[in-house]
Amino acid sequence: MRSTPRGLSQRRRGRLLKVVGAVFAAVAALLLIVAPASQATSPSPTPSPSATTFQNSISGFLRGDDRAPIADVTITAKKDDFTGTATSSANGSWTIGVPTQGTYVVELDESTLPEGIKLAEGQENPREVTFSQTSNLSVIFAFGEGIVVQQQDFGQNLINRLVAGLSFGLLLALASVGLSLIFGTTGLTNFAHGEMVTLGAVLVFAFNAMNLPFWLAIVLALLGGGLFGYVQDAGLWKPLRRRGTGLVPMMIVSIGLALAVRYVIQFFFGGATQQLPYAQSSEIQLGPISISPNNLWSLVISAVVIAILGIVLLKTRLGKATRAVADNPALAAASGIDVDSVIRIVWVTGGMLAALGGILWAYYRPGVTFDMGSQILLLIFAGVTLGGLGTVWGALIGSIIVGIFVELTTVFGLAADLKYVGALFIMIIVLLIRPQGILGRRERVG
Amino acid sequence: MSTQSEEPRTSEEVNYMTDTRPIAAGEIAPGCKKRDPIVVAENVTRSFGGINAVDVEYLEIPRHKITALIGPNGAGKTTLFNLLTGFDTPNSGKWQFEGNSLAGVSSYKVARMGMVRTFQLTKVMGKLTVMENMRLGASHQSGERLSKALFKGIWGGQEKKITEEANVLLAKFKLDAKKDDYAASLSGGQRKLLEMARSLMVQPKLVMLDEPMAGVNPALTQSLLDHIKNLKAEGMTVLFVEHDMHMVRHIADWVVVMAEGKIVAEGPPAEVMKNPAVIDAYLGAHHDVDLGDSEGIKELAAELVADKESIVGTENAGIISLDVVAAETDEPKGPGSDSPVRGRRSAEEPNRGEQPPSTAKDTE
Amino acid sequence: MDFGFIFSSAAGELFSPTTAAYALATLGLAVHFGYAGLLNFGQAGFMAVGAYGFAISTLTFGVPFFVGLLIAVVCSAIFALLLGIPTLRLRADYLAIVTIAAAEIVRYIVTTNQLTAITGSANGLAAFEGDFYAMNPFPPGSYMGMNNRDFFIRIVAWAVVALFCTLVWLLMRSPWGRVLKGIREDENAVRSLGKNVYAYKMQALIIGGVLGALAGMIFTLPRGAVQPANYGTELTFFLYTCLLLGGLGTVLGPVVGAMIFWVVLSLTQGILYGLIESGAITWLNTVQAGQLRYILVGVALMLLMIFRPQGVLGNKKELAFA
Repeated sequence: MRSTPRGLSQRRRGRLLKVVGAVFAAVAALLLIVAPASQATSPSPTPSPSATTFQNSISGFLRGDDRAPIADVTITAKKDDFTGTATSSANGSWTIGVPTQGTYVVELDESTLPEGIKLAEGQENPREVTFSQTSNLSVIFAFGEGIVVQQQDFGQNLINRLVAGLSFGLLLALASVGLSLIFGTTGLTNFAHGEMVTLGAVLVFAFNAMNLPFWLAIVLALLGGGLFGYVQDAGLWKPLRRRGTGLVPMMIVSIGLALAVRYVIQFFFGGATQQLPYAQSSEIQLGPISISPNNLWSLVISAVVIAILGIVLLKTRLGKATRAVADNPALAAASGIDVDSVIRIVWVTGGMLAALGGILWAYYRPGVTFDMGSQILLLIFAGVTLGGLGTVWGALIGSIIVGIFVELTTVFGLAADLKYVGALFIMIIVLLIRPQGILGRRERVG
Repeated sequence: MSTQSEEPRTSEEVNYMTDTRPIAAGEIAPGCKKRDPIVVAENVTRSFGGINAVDVEYLEIPRHKITALIGPNGAGKTTLFNLLTGFDTPNSGKWQFEGNSLAGVSSYKVARMGMVRTFQLTKVMGKLTVMENMRLGASHQSGERLSKALFKGIWGGQEKKITEEANVLLAKFKLDAKKDDYAASLSGGQRKLLEMARSLMVQPKLVMLDEPMAGVNPALTQSLLDHIKNLKAEGMTVLFVEHDMHMVRHIADWVVVMAEGKIVAEGPPAEVMKNPAVIDAYLGAHHDVDLGDSEGIKELAAELVADKESIVGTENAGIISLDVVAAETDEPKGPGSDSPVRGRRSAEEPNRGEQPPSTAKDTE
Repeated sequence: MDFGFIFSSAAGELFSPTTAAYALATLGLAVHFGYAGLLNFGQAGFMAVGAYGFAISTLTFGVPFFVGLLIAVVCSAIFALLLGIPTLRLRADYLAIVTIAAAEIVRYIVTTNQLTAITGSANGLAAFEGDFYAMNPFPPGSYMGMNNRDFFIRIVAWAVVALFCTLVWLLMRSPWGRVLKGIREDENAVRSLGKNVYAYKMQALIIGGVLGALAGMIFTLPRGAVQPANYGTELTFFLYTCLLLGGLGTVLGPVVGAMIFWVVLSLTQGILYGLIESGAITWLNTVQAGQLRYILVGVALMLLMIFRPQGVLGNKKELAFA
């Protein structure tokens, strides 16, 4: 690359710029489809009149401990001589526009709460809140009993969490196997993989909001995920590979892409949490295990998809070609494998797997948000790293370990809001003992 | 650069270039004892996924000599280098340098003890200047400590001394004109030279060169060989990995042959190359030739060209480069020869007429 | 649209304490990534450790300002040690993943309700800056249009930035810095020359981490509050954008990068809001305008990395990975 004549490199640069532009155009177009739909049907926090007159706002959602929205509750925000008032809407959202950033006293009028609902014990009211960098400050009030101590039988609980963890681990595996395949074939640690996960769920929501049948929405979302993978590779990563861009710069480019796509999604989708159809389901009893049908479906679907993927990788020509490229791209190219097309297929597959993972994740949480993918990105990384970067089976095993670990930590007394900490911590410990991961290989120096 | 005038440095008052005392302490055999070993390795093994990459029962490297480590691709030469220098950890075994055990000693400490290596894929800092590369090699710069780095008064003087040393070495390696260029702008051969010069800044006792001739323009190989010989003249021990037996023959005092991780033969170059085990290891079927003899190599080359199935000795394999076969007919000059390579080449022109271009393996 | 206001508020960002904090944290990243090649994606974690270390020691233990400062610095050094021990022997991408994970662990820990009494959980901590402003030598009044508090924090913040820029410059021109730059390119080569690469990387990690911690303090002092939401992974990515804007292996690059970053953010916000208020843009609301800016940051990060990785001040020939 060093010796490339200047003119040529500039032409290349122009071409690259064009394709980079094309990626954004495609992403934007993809999301434009989403936008009107989501705005039409979503009860996203439409700014109240007072909010639009000010640049800054304080907002939040009122939800009971059963996650049901609480409407018609009055909230006031005060600072110096300014007082703003809002009433929560049918979906529990409220927004108060405020003139300047700073520290406000927010008070929830407990007399307007519906009967039977009261603030959680220890919930400060009125409370002081302070703006940070953003122009919107969200304030959460907790209702009900707060964190309820489970009085379940320990063994029972253990089995339930184990199964839930397996379900979570398998959906993580969908995303991490794609990430691992991409890493294996291109060397790229893709920080935008979380957005590929988000996209799946957001697309299902959008297509569903357009009144398409549920199954069609899912199929289209998967295709959209695949398309996103394809566009990413064709428009961005392939030109960068051609240019001989190093792995670290590509990693940083992927971070930029992640930021851009995440906020593009938020731009159209809004900051609110939305639900996919059939998100609410009560648990069913399956022998000794109680599990929600959604989790059960999720478990079965991911297991089947991963099994199919495994068969494809092990038995088919394409799978062998993929593994050959992952092992040594130059050698694979020399033995007549079309490396670029294998990588393209890997990206499309990775995109579809991530989208599927995103849909299942939306049911697992439950809810769709613009940053749902980046929330589990680190768990996906943890799974991939645990298993060994670039190994597909490692990613699968690593993800299952992470999933089960996340669920089990709560059984063994770790607070629910710390459950991801355990998984990340385990990853660091494993790297300390076995740096190459569970199934990774060591490399020769020199 | 005549070595005859070089003052011997050790108390033994020996000129290392003309020292003809026997290298081995007894009978010459794979794993034999040396009169004066600098490195001793015992039962060093390293396996990758069930395959024994290195399985060395016993090996001694003679002090003040040039030892060549040869063997076909995948024989475990580089892995042995990595194990000896602490860049990799063996599964078992013990090895020592000047009587100090190196088991579990990290690579930087090995280098500080005076055992400095270079790499098969040349590792120069392309984004630092040639001079900065050289300074980086210096071992006694207290400004490299964080506690003293802030105060130029402490390290400024040492820096001047180091720069002088570096200038001397760069002049020797004919890199002085390039000293302010980024090392990335150097050619492959110049990088090899820079890497070697930089390793000398550490003031090593044992220099370990991993394929110093790989990827080097043939015009530079002769001067590289001369530099290696000069290292010995200055009292250093040299251990180097090489594919090309022809190079080995002219500068090595001792040759160790590896195949499939084991030492299959060792001895003075002329004898080793007649050893059937070596020929087996290298060539399989074509073992009716004497690799130490230029006629034999030519014969073999012709045979290999005729043999469609063989890839050995063809352009890709780089065991025997044909232009060197041609150069062979010219009797090499004595040690420390400084004659310009060009002259030798042009004398060979008629002979080289139809030879294919250089087969030097480009590993970069 | 009031351009006067837009430009003056953008110019105000040039020397705001937040810009100083970003500059200092980015300088830390420059030591990590620009000079030593350590891909630290957890700088936000270091900033959080600094901010919380100071706030908690002031509020919970009631120590004076300088003791709190010292505690924050020591905490960040320990954090760097803990991070470095498992990861500095690993490949760059592992370090990236572990540091980002560690930063998230810090954020989860200060957010958890289990520790509300100490960390204030999601609401964070406030009112710990009293000791600092008590040292203000400037009597109340107007200083270049600022009150004495704002003026004082700016003076202190930029003095700290200037001090550390000088120190980092001195370090990087020393033989110590040379070893570091060598490690950035090829640590095995440096190892083969008898340098303890692990120790150098650890020292670099600690120095950059301490700079991050100090930046975290400068970031919180003018706000008088520290909240976990500020220390998410995005913060680190913004710092990387600043670093790439200014130039990787340079001392002033981080400062210039942070200034450009904040001025551009302020300008786009001002102009977008102005256009929305004047009715020129109807397809955006103010919330979306805020998001549009972050989209721009992401795009800028990509384009910079692809087309001008050396930034405004950098020398492409010295870029270790281009």
